[in-house]
Amino acid sequence: MSASRQYELVYLITPDASDQEVADLHTQIEQIVQRFGSSNTVLEKTENWGRRKLAYEIGHHREATYVVETINSTSGDVMKEIDRRLRVTDQVIRHLVVRVDEEIRVAERTRDARKANQARRRIARGLPPEPAPGEKRGDQDMDDDRDGVEVQR
Amino acid sequence: MSEERGGRGRGKGGDKDKNKDGARRGGGFFRRRRVCKFCAEKIDYINYKDVRLLAPFLPERGKIQPRRISGTCALHQRKLQTAIKRARQLALVPYVTD
Repeated sequence: MSASRQYELVYLITPDASDQEVADLHTQIEQIVQRFGSSNTVLEKTENWGRRKLAYEIGHHREATYVVETINSTSGDVMKEIDRRLRVTDQVIRHLVVRVDEEIRVAERTRDARKANQARRRIARGLPPEPAPGEKRGDQDMDDDRDGVEVQR
Repeated sequence: MSEERGGRGRGKGGDKDKNKDGARRGGGFFRRRRVCKFCAEKIDYINYKDVRLLAPFLPERGKIQPRRISGTCALHQRKLQTAIKRARQLALVPYVTD
């Protein structure tokens, strides 16, 4: 399936960078997407998490600005170029590109399968296929579990 | 999966021996019923950016908690593993903490 691929790009910018520099980096990536991507390559979503503490030091930095970009593309060439560019950009201290479309598709499939299975079992028990909003589950396993933990503590 | 859970959920009176199967290593620690968190809460996609989801599976040291302790099913442990490893690269969760 060479249809549409979805990539997630996360990059960490040095805490010394100004807001302007962060915005510049974003426009740089936008430009790469436009230049290297085919007609249906789009930068779908951008999320700026702002400054965040790092779990460990990266090159003497204790915090960094996180930016997440979601990019739809039919080929991986765009990401290759973005990866290369981020590698040589000094302000970016860490970046990660993940292809997510397949994982999301798997998640959707399991969700649909579970729903279908649930509907089938409910019909077999003579109930409407969708559970009513306030309906309680037959086995209160989770609640039970929590009780146990609390008691023990 | 659900059959298994149903079987265990039968005795929910709170008597002690019903937890035996779930609390092999219990002893002094609090015992756990071994139910996969992701199956129970129906989380299909383990997002590596969600630190709050991953944090319970990383004890103080920062190592990934083994399945035998957390009770996660094999499928979800595998997905959890990749999610944690990605999160580590992004310094969202630690590799090690001393």
